[in-house]
Amino acid sequence: MVNIKLSEDKINKIKDICKSFNNEGGELINVLHKTQTMYGYLPAEVQEIIARELNVSTAHVYGVVTFYSFFTMIPKGEFPISVCTGTACYVRGAEKVLEEFKRELKIAVGETSKDGKFSLSCLRCVGACGLAPVVLIGEKVYGRVSPDGVKAIIAEYK
Amino acid sequence: MAKFKMHLLVCGGTGCHASLSKTVGDNLKEILVEKGLDHEIQVVMTGCFGFCEKGPIVKVMPDNTFYTEVKPGDAREIIEEHIIKGRKVTRLLYKDPENKEHVSDSKHMGFYKKQIRIALRNCGFIDPENIDEYIARDGYEALGKVLTEMDAQQTIDIIKKSGLRGRGGGGFPTGLKWEITSKSQADQKYVVCNADEGDPGAFMDRSILEGDPHSVIEAMAICGYSIGGTKGLVYIRAEYPLAITRLKIAIDQAREYGLLGKDILGSGFDFDIELRYGAGAFVCGEETALIHSMEGMRGEPTFKPPFPSVSGYLGKPTNVNNVETFASVPVIINKGAEWFSSIGTEKSKGTKVFALAGKINNVGLIEVPMGITLREIIYEIGGGIKDGKKFKAVQTGGPSGGCLTERHLDTPIDYDNLIAAGSMMGSGGMIVMDEDDCMVSVAKFYLDFTVEESCGKCTPCRIGNKRLYEILETITQGKGTMADLDKLKNLSQVIKDASLCGLGQTSPNPVLSTLDNFWDEYLEHINEKKCRSGQCKALMQYIIDAEQCVGCTACARNCPVNAITGERKLAHYINQDICIKCGACMEKCKFNAISIK
Repeated sequence: MVNIKLSEDKINKIKDICKSFNNEGGELINVLHKTQTMYGYLPAEVQEIIARELNVSTAHVYGVVTFYSFFTMIPKGEFPISVCTGTACYVRGAEKVLEEFKRELKIAVGETSKDGKFSLSCLRCVGACGLAPVVLIGEKVYGRVSPDGVKAIIAEYK
Repeated sequence: MAKFKMHLLVCGGTGCHASLSKTVGDNLKEILVEKGLDHEIQVVMTGCFGFCEKGPIVKVMPDNTFYTEVKPGDAREIIEEHIIKGRKVTRLLYKDPENKEHVSDSKHMGFYKKQIRIALRNCGFIDPENIDEYIARDGYEALGKVLTEMDAQQTIDIIKKSGLRGRGGGGFPTGLKWEITSKSQADQKYVVCNADEGDPGAFMDRSILEGDPHSVIEAMAICGYSIGGTKGLVYIRAEYPLAITRLKIAIDQAREYGLLGKDILGSGFDFDIELRYGAGAFVCGEETALIHSMEGMRGEPTFKPPFPSVSGYLGKPTNVNNVETFASVPVIINKGAEWFSSIGTEKSKGTKVFALAGKINNVGLIEVPMGITLREIIYEIGGGIKDGKKFKAVQTGGPSGGCLTERHLDTPIDYDNLIAAGSMMGSGGMIVMDEDDCMVSVAKFYLDFTVEESCGKCTPCRIGNKRLYEILETITQGKGTMADLDKLKNLSQVIKDASLCGLGQTSPNPVLSTLDNFWDEYLEHINEKKCRSGQCKALMQYIIDAEQCVGCTACARNCPVNAITGERKLAHYINQDICIKCGACMEKCKFNAISIK
């Protein structure tokens, strides 16, 4: 059992989300989507609450959370950076762009920088292949990014 | 509806959106207000025009002027020159790459000439957030016709006769699927639209949902009527916020107009649609995995039979079709099965949407008749290879497909020919590669994807693909042996034969097709420790040209691992066994004496 350290307020909010889906186990993915939107990520204690509310095992919730790449157990940075590594971006040099982000931010894919500002992830095709390689920061799309341009992009957020 | 003399259609697709098309639209609106023209001329944000390479696109109707690469600052000139004075802004017109002449009407552009738009018929023409515009282009006519003039079997017969096959990849005959579901007995049946487009490099489903959501809603209702189901579910990627928003608006509008809900058009038929969100799992493109995901579980596939048509969502008969398949349905009902089947090849009818991307001049979304050749797509529509480089391969079918080469350029494209050539239709990604791409690395890239996306349920896929990846990794590092190539082939076959679902059954295709078509390249990596395209870092060598080197010692001083030796004022030498290929020496050399081999 995880020791739940969440505030009463947050716990109630999560419970409300579960209730809005009639506490049905089959709605687990919808519940997780809503909770992550509100809370930013899905740490173990949040999963415990959801499991209890929906009357499913915590292992089941954990299984679902870790199965889907959209769900995360690590808080994202203030400015989440996603480098598209779809095929179109790959053949136009996305890998080198990703390397440059790793080097500049000194974090690996899936990590968040120490100051909590940036997190780095890969995603597969945002449908802007005409602008390949593509990088997303939050919801802003940067097209035709070259490794040389990475520094300037990061500087916009510093 | 208010009447406007002219329309300015601004592309609101993802690519153009990222290049500030929204600001272009806002500026146009603002200037129209300023000139007092906003009651006569309307600015419409549409779905994707397809020509993403030249975005943002602005089209002036009714004179069909097609402006490309429009920047927010160009809005004033378009209005003052074109709209007010009637003079086209030549510098924003598309320039034909061959004769350098400006083309004003998209019909005459190489990119559009060979296209036939059925699934994409409304993308770039209508405001996707306004149901009236869809209705004005014969929208919901097919639903009306089906509900008032036809019974379920007649509807299924038209779809069967049209020869429409599933556009999501498998190519299963759509009419037959509907028929099987309609014959299953149950108190409730479901219509599911698979909008979980996970294939890296394909974005047609997204474009259809963003540009013409009503076509999918209409088709789902027609399908519901045919199979005897009253509930529709759209399983859509959570990463597609714009498509979700537009779909929600469209569903609300359809309900308001009585085209969804109880007793549609007074026919007594009930049908409604709900959304379910995917959460990023490629395997959920597989029907059974998708259904489990909708039930709130891990998206793991189960053995078929029973097929979803018999036992699917919550154990009830479920008809799953992809977005593009649905988008073709209303047109088939309106124009007839004969019309549709007159397009295409013997066994693949109609058109297919492809996302053309990679090293090609005209990146974009295209819809072409089945049976067109790769040559026509790449050279006529795509405008050839970028930067005048040499064509090497085109990858179709995403991670389940294969790489086709020069010798396949004149093969007519359809489901069966692509499979015969060692690839597949897939959802329609088409990535063009040039001489700078290493085919071993490309195979490794796809395997990396598969390893990450394998759900892990069955052993051949979970472990086999990982081993394939590791062998490819060894080869790209120059440590491969000839025995590895045999292992790749054998293991690939085992994974194909023994995997549970479509993901594993097709995941070795990129390996097998590159082995088939680029055997020489594998041999070079193994025997000569050479990567001809210079992509494999471990096989690169930094070499100092003794004649150019003046012995300034800059390289040696900057080498982090002391791999460079040489006397001052004499030519230096890089010890390849120590070199870590960081490139620092080349960066520091002022005499261009260092090159990569």
